[in-house]
Amino acid sequence: MREITLSQAVNEAIAEEMRRDDTVFLMGEDVAEAGTPFKVLSGLVEEFGTERVIDTPISEPGFVGLAVGAAMTGARPIVDLMFGDFIYLVMDQLCNQAAKQHYMSGGKLTVPMVLRTNMGATRRSAAQHSQSLQALVAHIPGLKVAMPSSAYEAKGLLKTAIRDNNPVVIFEDKLMYQDKAPVPEEEYLIPFGEAHVKREGSDITLIATSSMVQVAEKAAEMLAAEGINAEVIDPRTIVPLDEATLLESVKKTSRAIVIDEGHQSYGVTAEIASRLNEKAFYHLDAPVLRMGAMDVPVPFSPVLEDITVPTPEGVVENARKLCAGEMIHAA
Amino acid sequence: MAKAKTNTEDYLRMYAQMVRIRTFEDNANQLYLSAKMPGLTHMYSGEEAVAVGICEALTDSDRITSTHRGHGHCVAKGAEFGEMFCELLGKEEGYCRGKGGSMHIADQSHGNLGANAIVGGSMGIATGSALRAKLQGSDDVTVCFFGDGATAQGLWYEVMNMAALWKLPVIYACENNGYSEYTKTEEIAAGSITARAEAFGIEAFTVDGQDVLAVNELTQKLVTRARKGEGPFFMELMTYRYHGHHVGDINREYYRSKDEEKDWKENRDPIVRFRSWLVAEGIATEAEIEAMNAEIETDATEAVAYAEAAHYPDVSEVDMHVYAD
Ligand SMILES: Cc1ncc(C[n+]2csc(CCOP(=O)(O)OP(=O)(O)O)c2C)c(N)n1
Ligand SMILES: [Mg+2]
Repeated sequence: MREITLSQAVNEAIAEEMRRDDTVFLMGEDVAEAGTPFKVLSGLVEEFGTERVIDTPISEPGFVGLAVGAAMTGARPIVDLMFGDFIYLVMDQLCNQAAKQHYMSGGKLTVPMVLRTNMGATRRSAAQHSQSLQALVAHIPGLKVAMPSSAYEAKGLLKTAIRDNNPVVIFEDKLMYQDKAPVPEEEYLIPFGEAHVKREGSDITLIATSSMVQVAEKAAEMLAAEGINAEVIDPRTIVPLDEATLLESVKKTSRAIVIDEGHQSYGVTAEIASRLNEKAFYHLDAPVLRMGAMDVPVPFSPVLEDITVPTPEGVVENARKLCAGEMIHAA
Repeated sequence: MAKAKTNTEDYLRMYAQMVRIRTFEDNANQLYLSAKMPGLTHMYSGEEAVAVGICEALTDSDRITSTHRGHGHCVAKGAEFGEMFCELLGKEEGYCRGKGGSMHIADQSHGNLGANAIVGGSMGIATGSALRAKLQGSDDVTVCFFGDGATAQGLWYEVMNMAALWKLPVIYACENNGYSEYTKTEEIAAGSITARAEAFGIEAFTVDGQDVLAVNELTQKLVTRARKGEGPFFMELMTYRYHGHHVGDINREYYRSKDEEKDWKENRDPIVRFRSWLVAEGIATEAEIEAMNAEIETDATEAVAYAEAAHYPDVSEVDMHVYAD
């Protein structure tokens, strides 16, 4: 199978959906000629023109608001929010407006829009350009949240998001834009709420989102060398969450670590760990462990930044202890 | 050029400060190109007269808020090279102990409230600083630096309204360098930017941002008036950035022509213009100016070497400063 980058996968998904449905349009800062600072959208304006690939002023709440209104009245906007950190600026439009219209109208209004943004630290971009804020959005009923872990997921999930009748927020890891993965030439969609078992194992379940899937897979390889068989699962969407697949795995392995790059406290990892505790308690041999980013603003200095995020070594250490029956306290 | 100051030392200091900014940026760019600096950075080169003209009209108790393109404001508000280069390299002795880096660099002890990586993110902070000055009967003034692109942020209109209602001592200084990232200002700004401030009853001025004396003269007047409770004010400073949006923005002809860049550099450079004026007015000789330039160059080289050899913060600092004591 051919291999393409995550960036190309996103680009293809958007192009295909724009060809298929002329109500789909794209909006954001420097999305047209510049194709975004990450060059993810390069070439789209050439094919679809500036009517459907719209450069906006630096007015995040404004253009997200416009997307909500356009979505409520028959369009399918895709908004590009240049950095996930700017989610804070658009919270009202996203959480009070987009998320609630369907419910507040008793099901009469819909907001079929996609907000694509990014996440992920270790790019030396300091505290306001490095955050992983998926938990904030996942907390709000009415919003769906996808977290692609490779080019394959990025394409399939984005196409599903564009066709979904709800507001969907997609977090792409900005360090993965140039990472390649096999992606079929033929069209495919990845349904929401279907986790992917990336690697089978019997001793411990590593549940990981986005780039943390790579961390978990590396950890699983290292653990295999020590005779510990780790199962790696990528939920792919955290809202909706495929609880069944996670529970099935944990019931088999009886141990789990949940890894996500958001801050560890009050985060995605806590939610998943809690559901496993509630629904698989009698199958567990050890407490479900959370591994998130350290509870500090992301520091600039590389020596500090690198220790704020989960690493394969850290996962291995925790997995080893869990399997040995040692008590560990989440950091 | 207009005459703003009569004191030779002030003129020479303004010149030196502009050269210090240019020299700092040239060295920062080198650090990036030689992969010694983590991350990216936004160069201030070309816009020196704006930061210097304004900050030379301020005292240490006056405050500023800075932007992602903040090295120039930082130098102009009194920072030293050593701590600045340390910050760029993420070292312990940096102004922010390596926690901020280029986009948050600031010498707080001289009234710099920080460089902000959120476009328009400091507009509330600057206006709040001015509110505090008024509430506490203090006569300091706050200057809020931001770019043309930042005028698209709704926050600005909210805070201008309050600043005007309450006559706050804040000066909004819009550095209009013609672009926000890869987009021309006219494509993202409808109508007139000065008229937007005027709509709130705020006096607005447009000034040649490549003329340090013009910038300084206007700022002095506005600061004096703001201290007396006649603010707020708005200044639009017409200027130009020489480099790309950030150091990695090399191939940029698709949005900005080489001819245009050449024209600004060759015909409107703020340092070259001021230098000729200094010589023509007999304030300094070419030889004296060359000696100043050389001294600044040496300072920068030494500061870079110092920063390269300096220590990184201890890893135990990672969860320090999340909360104040
Ligand atoms: C709220 C927000 N939106 C977008 C960005 C990304 N961004 C960084 S600088 C910039 C352009 C800013 O243009 P301008 O205000 O004119 O300042 P200049 O870079 O020209 O000095 C953009 C869009 C950001 N940092 N913050
Ligand atoms: Mg600009």
